[in-house]
Amino acid sequence: MNALLKSRESILVGAILALLALIATRFAGFVAPANLAAVFNDTSPLIILALGQMVVILTRCIDLSVAANLALTGMMCAMLNVVYPDLPIIVILLLALALGAIMGAVNGLLVWKLDIPPIVVTLGTMTIYRGIIFLISHGKWVNAHEMSPAFTAFPRAALLGLPVLSWVAMAVIIVMAVVMARTTLGRSFYAVGGNPHAAVYTGINVGKAQFRAFVISGTLAGLAGYLWVARYAVAYVDIAGGFELDVVAACVIGGISIAGGIGTVGGAVLGALFLGVIKNALPVVDISPFWQLAISGAAIIIAVVFNARADRTKGRVILKSAEHAQ
Amino acid sequence: MKKLTGLITTVAMATGLFASAAAAEDVRIALVVKALGIGFFEAAAKGAEEAASELGDVEIIYTGPTDTTAEGQIEVINSLIAQNVDAIAVSANDTDALVPTLKKAMQRGITVISWDSGVAEDGRQAHLNPSSNALIGNMIVKLAADHLPDGGDVAVLSATTTSTNQNIWIEEMTKVLPNYPGINVVGTVYGDDLADKSYREAQGLMQSYPDLDAIIAPTSVGIVAAAQAVADAGKIGEVNVTGLGLPSEMAGAIESGASKSFAIWNPIDLGYSATMIAYNLATEKATAEPGASIPMGRMGELTLDETNSGAMADPFVYDSSNIEDFKSIF
Repeated sequence: MNALLKSRESILVGAILALLALIATRFAGFVAPANLAAVFNDTSPLIILALGQMVVILTRCIDLSVAANLALTGMMCAMLNVVYPDLPIIVILLLALALGAIMGAVNGLLVWKLDIPPIVVTLGTMTIYRGIIFLISHGKWVNAHEMSPAFTAFPRAALLGLPVLSWVAMAVIIVMAVVMARTTLGRSFYAVGGNPHAAVYTGINVGKAQFRAFVISGTLAGLAGYLWVARYAVAYVDIAGGFELDVVAACVIGGISIAGGIGTVGGAVLGALFLGVIKNALPVVDISPFWQLAISGAAIIIAVVFNARADRTKGRVILKSAEHAQ
Repeated sequence: MKKLTGLITTVAMATGLFASAAAAEDVRIALVVKALGIGFFEAAAKGAEEAASELGDVEIIYTGPTDTTAEGQIEVINSLIAQNVDAIAVSANDTDALVPTLKKAMQRGITVISWDSGVAEDGRQAHLNPSSNALIGNMIVKLAADHLPDGGDVAVLSATTTSTNQNIWIEEMTKVLPNYPGINVVGTVYGDDLADKSYREAQGLMQSYPDLDAIIAPTSVGIVAAAQAVADAGKIGEVNVTGLGLPSEMAGAIESGASKSFAIWNPIDLGYSATMIAYNLATEKATAEPGASIPMGRMGELTLDETNSGAMADPFVYDSSNIEDFKSIF
């Protein structure tokens, strides 16, 4: 099992390296270390959201409200910053985490207590969260000159040569890796997704585990919300529009099974990086914009085909000795 | 709320058919925008309200989809047809896709005009251009050229590949390029009017063309994202971001120096003029035919050309000298 997971991730690493080599033939500057660091930085919000989504998908659910959650949290942080420009960044960060967690908890409660299918719940809350942004902002933008310098400087401040945004993504990767591999919480997600009935017999409350998954996903979306708004120095209703599909795509590319129970932190991160490399490369490789969407889509399907092939379990031969005997 | 108003109106009409036949009703003009929540269109709605209060017997229904899709606009227009409004003034997300729906509206006796971003001739009675496309095309390259006396490399960051407005402006810009010797357009990229994609495309331009002198972004989302990308790349002073943007959204970029100047017409005037035209056509005070003049209140008159379209005014340039006055307006 472990070897299988390893091989899936190594296929993805190979695919990313092949992609980089291909891009380098058209634009050599892309593979310069500084640019690769920039690509990682640009992909950080996607990585953060993909890790949250991974947990949700592991429990046989899906969270389509992550981008709307990100946008609403971002807008709230930006508006708060306009009213109280002196509020320390740490307070805004904690608030972003809390707001995101609350929005995730709403999803989780609806799935857990009312037993509504997650895709319906999150489609609903996705629209509700976007609607709330419109209500609180009255459709107005929060612009760069209205935000305090400290607010927009945080994600781009350099620490040991990398922007804080990248460090945040790395911290999230490490925390999630530990949680998923070393805690009962993390293992319960696998148990619930792998076999819900068996999970119940081991004393795991399936609904509660799904609720917790949504809270984790929401919290990470909230975190990404502040970082996103501060990085692009603008907040409006449509920010990160359609981003939830990128997040789900990153998970699927990363080998997280939509059927639940299968997937790793490494897979989700690599899936996000794969998409990030494509997104960043398309503007510089001089391909007609009319082809770019088709190329993005084709790359996703190819990656998934590779994954599906790696994932295919061989049929078990139970009468091997009898076969040999003949 | 709008649905509720519509519902109440429908109920009122159903219960008071006799009464409504006698009472003089307000002229209901629907202002359909590309998407709700865009500062430019919110400002246009303000202008429409201004025109409504000037005219007195006008009710403005400001509406649009939540994302910039033709499908969303078709839904909105269908519901307006069901509400039997008097006039629809639409800024279209697609030149052709709205035509069948708008034709249906005209068959029901609804006055249909397009403004800002037009629909094909079949789908409207008249079209109000904020400015003439030729003037805008010239303006966006002039903005870049004014700060490049010795010429230089410029690139265009547009919205989507199918955006009616941007494609026409870029076409017009290409026509007048020979008037600006030394200005070399190295490429056109598309940011899809998404902040993150536009930012990435602007980064890509600076990487692909290290000697780039200016980015022309004739879209309000793109110009802000490009200015941020230039500031983050530490290329303020090297790469000038210009194009079309809103003063409130561009104030930070003018302040930081990432953008030296940009242009836009006044969206308040545009919403005002569109409402005036829709009103005059709906009340049959004017007819939409080639050569006709339609009064637009304080904005003068709109003269229609052979395609029944006309231009409102010249675009206006904003820079560090006047940004402070305008950033709080729109």
